[in-house]
Amino acid sequence: MGLSHFSMVNAHPDTQTLACDSAGFLVDVLGKYLPHTKIYTKYEELLDTGNLDAVVIATPSRLHVPMVRAALERGIHVFCEKPFCLDWRDAEELADLAEAKRLVNQVGYHYRYVGAFRRMKEIVDSGALGEIRHVVAEAYGPVVLRARKQNWRTRKTEGGGCLYDYAAHPLNLLNWFFGQPEHVSGSAMVPIFSTETDDMVMSTLRFAGGAMAQLSVNWSDDSFRKMSTKIELIGTKGRVNADRQECQLYLREEHPALPGMHKGWNVQYTTELTRDPWFYLRGEEYSAQIADFVEAVRDGKSRAAENDFRSAAITDRTLDMILEDASGVRIADPVREPVADKPAKRNWLFRTRT
Amino acid sequence: MMDKLLFGDNQFFGINHMSEEKARAQAMRFQDTSAIMEVLDAAYDEGIRTFMCTTHDRIAEICDVVRANPGRYDGFQFYPCMPYAHKYANAVTDHGMVGAIAHFMPEDGLFKTMLRSGAALVTKDAEGIVKVLIDAEMKMFAGLRTPVIFMQNVFVDLLLGMGFTKAFRMFHDHVREKYRAEPGFITMNLPLLADALAAEGIESPIICSNINKIGFRMCGGADKYREVLESGKVRAIAMSVYASGAIPPREAIEWVAGLQGVESIVFGASSRGNIRSTRDLVAEYMGAV
Repeated sequence: MGLSHFSMVNAHPDTQTLACDSAGFLVDVLGKYLPHTKIYTKYEELLDTGNLDAVVIATPSRLHVPMVRAALERGIHVFCEKPFCLDWRDAEELADLAEAKRLVNQVGYHYRYVGAFRRMKEIVDSGALGEIRHVVAEAYGPVVLRARKQNWRTRKTEGGGCLYDYAAHPLNLLNWFFGQPEHVSGSAMVPIFSTETDDMVMSTLRFAGGAMAQLSVNWSDDSFRKMSTKIELIGTKGRVNADRQECQLYLREEHPALPGMHKGWNVQYTTELTRDPWFYLRGEEYSAQIADFVEAVRDGKSRAAENDFRSAAITDRTLDMILEDASGVRIADPVREPVADKPAKRNWLFRTRT
Repeated sequence: MMDKLLFGDNQFFGINHMSEEKARAQAMRFQDTSAIMEVLDAAYDEGIRTFMCTTHDRIAEICDVVRANPGRYDGFQFYPCMPYAHKYANAVTDHGMVGAIAHFMPEDGLFKTMLRSGAALVTKDAEGIVKVLIDAEMKMFAGLRTPVIFMQNVFVDLLLGMGFTKAFRMFHDHVREKYRAEPGFITMNLPLLADALAAEGIESPIICSNINKIGFRMCGGADKYREVLESGKVRAIAMSVYASGAIPPREAIEWVAGLQGVESIVFGASSRGNIRSTRDLVAEYMGAV
């Protein structure tokens, strides 16, 4: 289980929550101090005996497919963490299954719940920017800063790595704005400190409407305190930049679909773009997406308000296009410094030998 | 009694809820501890005596300066806020859950503590673990005045959502018994937390939460907040009163001062001018700081 997922679901006024985790220490501690929460260690047992309406799956990505399928087959609504499936064919199959069974299905691409990116989506859809041709999508943050012990996040086969963990977010936003890319080129997935996976990703994506996007993502950058995602779009009639804190819009002329936005720069901040959810933990976008899911289930809806499996499958497919494109790129060996020609260092007392 | 005006530290560590560019500019400006000290000196000289700060590694350097100059900082006190969440999040990613806890256990010869923490890990005794972690965070403040000690909002709200409210009681008891200090709790969910603390039998707790005129990050809604404040059951500290600059200063302070039940305001500023103007506004609407 993800502790913060558990915390948010449990805090929702319309839920009764059970938990399941295989890690011994956590289960023991929580079992001891949360007498009202039943904690399972076997997923199948939870599904079979928990009498569940819905399940939130926050496990390593490679486990998503069997777990999601098992829940859907039992008629249980599913919220699954991102990336959805490591093979996009599985993602489409699960979307088919969920839709056939009319079950709410949602994936945790929380950036679609960030006020500034929601505003960016409205601006894109309004047409006020004219034809959007030039797109820059970036994400940076401090995840892998040195060679270290491996875990699932650092293993590509388990859905770890910078592409799946970080790049999936800006790509999912681009899918939201422009759909599935038609073509991907110039992709590079490069390790910096990791041995089994990529720490940086670069790629160029072309979308059907003519937008060309440059993707630049690096999770070995501790000049950022935490993950920071930024998208810039330039159209024939203006530009928009968005990150978690603000949405900056530049218009060459006013547009009827964007009332209140003037010619020139318009800046809107989180403080005005954010709706407060019922519970806040680390950012309102996390609880807002959980609320949408819980409420869709509660109200007997058959689909999620945002981020259904079908849309996550598009992102899975985009990730796959980058993987495939990057697999043809040969990364050069690290440059070695010439040793022999290095001048001897001197200091006042000793002459250093080389 | 707490001071009416407390000085916060977000601005020193590149935390800005308005703009990533401003956050970076601040991180650049304050990368030298001397730059932080300059601002703290200005705050002190403007009459502010309480520094509410995270247990960030760099705060240890500030503690050293204050300890070394007792004459210069007469009456100066810290309100530590722990734990510094990113430190733990990184450690959990690096060492796993148990490894992370072990990583923060004291190493310097406190055999009894080691024994207690080791045993706590084996028996999954959360109380033992909580005590050892608080002690580890408090080490940097040795010999300094820390009359109120806070649990940070990321932890408070995580535990609150999980229903692990016994941890609040453990924190409360250890802070009172060992540090003779008043425990405080920072949250983004004041109404929910007030209920949870009451259920744990914690009376008149000090709670720090966003309280501002536009209702920014006041989860549960402004009406519920008002209800809790007016009940007189909590001692409230208002943070984010300017809502990251979305509310003009005078309007912001006047509104907060008009609420019942707000004992103090915590604010951040990077210049003497802004410190002074906030101090003057608070003095005007709430009485001397």
